[in-house]
Amino acid sequence: MDVAAAKMIGAGLAAIGLAGAGVGIGLIFGNYVSAGIRNPSAAPGMFGNVILGFALTEATGLFALLIAFVILFG
Amino acid sequence: MAIGESPLHQFEIHRLLPIEIGGVDVSFTNSSLWMVIAVGAASFMLTASMSGRAMVPGRWQSIAELAYEFIAKLLSDSAGRDARKYFPLVFSLFIFVLFANLLGLIPYAFTATSHIIVTFAMAVAVFLGVTLLGFLKHGFKFFGFFVPHGVPWIMLPLLVPIEIISYLLRPITLSLRLFANMLAGHTLIKVIGGFIVALGFFGIMPWAFIVALYALELLVAFLQAYVFTILTCLYINDALHMHH
Repeated sequence: MDVAAAKMIGAGLAAIGLAGAGVGIGLIFGNYVSAGIRNPSAAPGMFGNVILGFALTEATGLFALLIAFVILFG
Repeated sequence: MAIGESPLHQFEIHRLLPIEIGGVDVSFTNSSLWMVIAVGAASFMLTASMSGRAMVPGRWQSIAELAYEFIAKLLSDSAGRDARKYFPLVFSLFIFVLFANLLGLIPYAFTATSHIIVTFAMAVAVFLGVTLLGFLKHGFKFFGFFVPHGVPWIMLPLLVPIEIISYLLRPITLSLRLFANMLAGHTLIKVIGGFIVALGFFGIMPWAFIVALYALELLVAFLQAYVFTILTCLYINDALHMHH
């Protein structure tokens, strides 16, 4: 196989890892909203934790995106 | 994006002032320049805004006080009152990472935190300092940190190595998180910027997307500085109180 073609396929495969980050971020905000509907008065106090969880989850997805970029352009 | 220029071109290091001491290359590079700018901007902003010392703070003094109180509350909430003496370290880390991230968002600027050696150096410094603190505080009892409580002893040969490995991986995950966020974010902006040129008139669609992406990157620049800081606080808490 051509190396350029293999690079493209490899980068595409690496980007699949972002699906996990999508699921994780969806879980965080979905659970935050459903918990906030049950107890609206407690919701603002938890927003910091939500943002922290979002940042940590997003970072794991970016590891996969980073590998894809390095394969494509590195 | 110019033709033949890869999106990773923006992360290249150039020597601005070649210096060599004893065969070691210690040149002043564009990375060093932007770190100096970050430190200078942060110092200038904080000292100039606080020089008035007004009882009723103005706009700039409010920003400085807000940053101070934000980190002070973060530290005492996550590591307890007795961690207050590590406030200067935590505050400097936060301000440096925040300024390096934000200055990197200026077009044609260089992001110092997009190089893993910069973030890794900071993470290793935090890791070594926290480990040293743990041993100074608890002596050899600090090894008990690696033994989880309330676990059947038969599981310990499996769990203790896992705890030790996860502890040793801390500087790597701490540095990789910040570095990957900065590198991936800036590369993504550059790639989408290339689409604007390539699509001609319809480039207005990726252009609108890049505006939203820039807002997200501003949020990420702040969030990653915050995450770096809060994890440092949690590590200090582990070393001081050792509960699992």
